[in-house]
Formats: sequence, C-alpha cells, structure tokens
Amino acid sequence: MRRLLLAIPTLLVISFIIFAILDLAPNDPTGNLPMTVPPEVREKIRVSLGLDQPMHVRFGMWLIQFFVNEPLNILHEAFGISIGDATERTRILSWATRSPVIDLIIQRTPQTLWVVGLSYLFGILIAIPIGIVSAYKQYSWFDQVGTFISMVGFSVPTFFTGMVAIIIFSVQLKWFPMIYDTTLSVDSWQNFVTQVKQMIMPVSVLALYNASQLSRFMRASILDNLNLDYVRTARAKGRSERVVLLIHVLRNSLIPVVTLIALGIPTIFSGAIITEQIFRVNGLGQLLIIAIEGADIPLVQTLTFLFAILIVLFNLIADVVYGILDPRIRYD
Amino acid sequence: MTDIAKFEELSQEAVSKHRSLWGDVWIQFRKHKGALTGVFVFSFITLAVFIGPYIHDIDPSAINFKKRNLGPTLSHPLGTDNIGHDTLAQMLAGGQVSLAVGFLAMMIALILGTMIGILAGFIKSLDGPLMRLTDLFLALPILPLLLVIILLFRDTLRTLYGPEAGIFMLIVFVIGITSWMHTARIVRSDVLGIKEREFVTAAYSIGTRKSRIIFRHILPNILSPIMVSATLGIANAIITESALSFLGLGFPPDFPTWGRLLYDGANFIQITPSRVIWPGLFIALTVLSVNYIGDGLRDALDPRLRGR
Repeated sequence: MRRLLLAIPTLLVISFIIFAILDLAPNDPTGNLPMTVPPEVREKIRVSLGLDQPMHVRFGMWLIQFFVNEPLNILHEAFGISIGDATERTRILSWATRSPVIDLIIQRTPQTLWVVGLSYLFGILIAIPIGIVSAYKQYSWFDQVGTFISMVGFSVPTFFTGMVAIIIFSVQLKWFPMIYDTTLSVDSWQNFVTQVKQMIMPVSVLALYNASQLSRFMRASILDNLNLDYVRTARAKGRSERVVLLIHVLRNSLIPVVTLIALGIPTIFSGAIITEQIFRVNGLGQLLIIAIEGADIPLVQTLTFLFAILIVLFNLIADVVYGILDPRIRYD
Repeated sequence: MTDIAKFEELSQEAVSKHRSLWGDVWIQFRKHKGALTGVFVFSFITLAVFIGPYIHDIDPSAINFKKRNLGPTLSHPLGTDNIGHDTLAQMLAGGQVSLAVGFLAMMIALILGTMIGILAGFIKSLDGPLMRLTDLFLALPILPLLLVIILLFRDTLRTLYGPEAGIFMLIVFVIGITSWMHTARIVRSDVLGIKEREFVTAAYSIGTRKSRIIFRHILPNILSPIMVSATLGIANAIITESALSFLGLGFPPDFPTWGRLLYDGANFIQITPSRVIWPGLFIALTVLSVNYIGDGLRDALDPRLRGR
C-alpha cells in the first residue's frame, strides 16, 4: 500500500519531467510552415494549439485531459457508461493529424501487442527449459553451448539480428516478406498464412533476445537452489530426481524469474521501437518515431508517459507477486 | 640438513612467490577462456580502428561515382557503397566514434553512479532522497526520452559547437546521465556494508578525515563492482548509440558511426548486404567481447571464487 502511494508522486514527477523537457526545448510547431505564412497567422495557430498559456496552466490542462477526460471517454466508448457530457470534454489532440491522441494509440496497440507479446511468450517458453537443463547439467556440452548462445543473443543488438534475418530469409531464400504488410486483415485461411509468415521473423528475433536474457537468469537461479538443504532432504526422502528438480527446485527458482519477467514487460515495449522499425510494423514504436520526427509534442508526450506508467505499474506488480510467491518477504 | 636450513629455504620460496592482489586477479582472469578471447578481440578492434586509418589511408568521405557498389577488391577490401565511399575506411572512422562514445558515456555514468552511490551510502540524510532519485531515473522510459532529447536539442547544439562536436557531446552526455543508476545502487549497498567494518572504525579512531576514509579505505574496496559495471557500461553505451543512429536520430548522415553505417546500409540491403553485415558484426563483436571481459572480471575479482 505504501508502495502504491509512492508510485503516484513518482508518476507525477515523471510526467512533469517529460513535459518540461518538451517545453524547454527550443521548438516551434509553426517552424515547419512555409516562410510566406505571415506572423499574425502563426500567432493564431499557436493560440489554437493552446501555446499562449503559461507552462503550468498547460501542464495542468494536460494532466486533467490525461487522467480525467480520456479515461472517461474510454469508459464511454467501451461500456456505454457516460459520466458528464462527452462532447464538453477537451481531448489531447495530435498536432500533426488534429485527431485525439488516444485514438491513434488505440489504433496502433494491437500490432505491437501481437508482435511483442508473442515474442515475449515464446522467449519465456524457450528460456525456462534451457535454463533448467543447463543448470542441472552444469558444464556439460549443452550448458556450454547454451551459455555461449545466450551470451551472443544478449550481446548482439536486435537491429543486427533482424537485418541478418532479412538478408538470409527475405533477400536470399525469399521465404518471408521483407516488409510487414499492415493492411492485411485476417479473414481467410490464405491471409492467415501470410500473416503468420510475416510475423515469424520479427517475433523470432525478439524472442531470441528475450530468451537469452531470461535463460541466463533461470540457470543462475536454479544453481542457487540446487545446493540448498531442502533439495538434499527431498532426495533423502527418496523422491525421484524428476520430482526433486521439477517440483521442489523449479518452484523455488521461479520466484525471482517471475519478477524479472514482470519487470521486463515494459522494457520490451521500448525494445519494440527498434524491432518495429526494422520490419516496418506499424505499432506503437513506429507511431512514436513518426511523432518525434514530426515534432508532434502532445503525441510524443502521451506515448512516453504511457511507457513510464507501464514501468511503474510493472514494478509494483513485480513487488506484489514477489510478496505472494515468497512468504519470507513481507512489505510493511 | 637442519630444520633451520629448511625453514630458510621455505621462507625464501615464500618471498620469491610474493603475490599481489592484481597478480591474483590476473591469474584467475586468465583461466576464463571467454574473457581472455574477449580481451584479444577488443584490443584488436581498438587497435585496428585507431591505427588502421594510417595503413588503409583512403579518405572515408571521398566520393567516387565511377566505383560505386563494388564488391571486395584489392584497393577496397570491403567494397564501396552507393556513392563510392570506401566501406573499410568508413568502418574504421565509424569505429573511432562508436568506441569513443562508448568509453566517454561509460565514464560519465561511472563517475556519477559512484559519486551518488558513495554519498547515499555514507551520509544518512542523503540516502533517502538520492535513492528516490535513482528509482525515479529507473522508472523513466529511457529510449523514448533519449530520442526526444536528441531531436529537440540537436539544432541548438549544432549551431553552438558545429554539427559533429555538438551531436557527439549531446549523445555522450544523454547516454551518460541515463545509465548511472545500476552503478549507484551497487556502490551504495557495498558502501553500507563496508562502512560498518572494523578497519573503518579503526581509521575513525585515529582521527582520519571523512574524505580520506572515502578515498583511502572505502573506494579501493568497492573497486571490483565498479570495474564490472564499467565493462557493462561500455557495452550498453555502444548499443544505445548505434540504436539511436539506427533509428535515424543519432549522428548526421555524413558522419560515419557503426550504427549510422548500418542504418544507411539498410536501404541497400538487396544490392549490397555487406554494408549491413560489417558494421553489425563489429558492433556485435565489440559488445560480446566487452561482456565476456565483464564476466571474467566478475569471477576474477570475487575473492570467494578466486583460487578455485
């Protein structure tokens, strides 16, 4: 509970930092307009964007829009519950498209969730068995090879593995498409196959990266547990090796791994920025890049703050999960 | 053969086999095959990048349209790109920048992290605020923020310090100030443990000043985690710089770094895939070797593992 209370000021400070960085920067949304636009018109554009207000007023406006107006709109659209008049509320508008920022984000979220979520899931599914086997057979050839591969997967940035995958599988072998076709809607078996085909490369590249980090951690965690007394007790009771490893040791070693998985979820969203750029997936990461290049401040601010919320939220979740899984830890 | 003679012989042996701390560390470090290979690869890359341009003396920015998109030839060992830049010369020049960014950003992060860690561990009243600050920085979405900062301040710095130096300073600075947190946490927890030990109390009792206790007694004892996080810091900074360049928000196009070369090569992936392979390979090799060095250092500097 104390941690929950601490999370709120943290988020407020972060949102202010993001706002301040964007605001202090020497940047003018009318800067990209042609030189022929007269100064009065520029001034009008600035007023229409709300830029004539002092900074703290704009920050307050943004906070109200983000924390009160937008959640109410989402409630309204998702469940039909309307509190207050929806048309009266001001929304965070993108400077580039003049449409509400939240709508843009909602549009882009599924692609990111599919690619990033699947790759994280596959990464976990690969990493846990590899970690178990290489810890149980420490220094065997499997462990040596596994450790080397995870070291490589962990060190080699995804934009290089992705590029190599494109060269091999798209340019040379022509198995998979080079560019993610985002207009594809899955309505027939044919389209489903195409969708799977174009997802294989981005998902496997990210999955390899996630798996290599997790499997190292899984291995270390199991090694920590293998020499503990309770393992000897379990063996002395005459339980089979299989039961000892998969029930006794695994349950205890998974505790830190589960928290690491929770902590890793927000970082993969920012990692997805790069992967989406390599394979041209039109997810949240690409939206952010476009917004940054177009100096679309409200969109950049909202997206960056959403990433921050994810980080704080999953930190909290990791803490709570750790407390539930490990009764030795208690937060007061 | 008396006992005395034997004793003298033994003591002679003990004296001649004098072992220093760093000697021990080196002996243990040598046992780690991966780390040793890492040292060789990393020194080879560093030497090649800084001495290479004197041997392979083609100007990396020379344009030659007649010789574009060449494969490997004797005068252009790695071929040329779409406007006739020599790829090897660009790789070497880019490597200098990438390694310099990695090293300088690591130094900033290390100094900041160590300072904050020591202050938080040593001065009780600063512990709370400094650790909240660390938590805050850990909760910042780093990559989006880096992109935003670079985009917004690029033009100002460019006019102030020129296009190359301005961007270089900006990138080194922002990577540095966004990656000190882990060092600070490790240093703080180590300082908290060490400052309660007897030798620190002893130093206090003979009237040693606080600053001297920090530099003379505490700093040497936390050197090993600092060194390990230094290696990780270099790897992290190189990856971050190339990721920024890869997203098109790092260095300007005419200023080669490994990440920038990769980004430029990505558009020509069907014509000259080697333009992607070489810079990527060098980023990967550098980071891999640095990570292995860090792994070896961690084992070698841990007295519980040493001598086994």
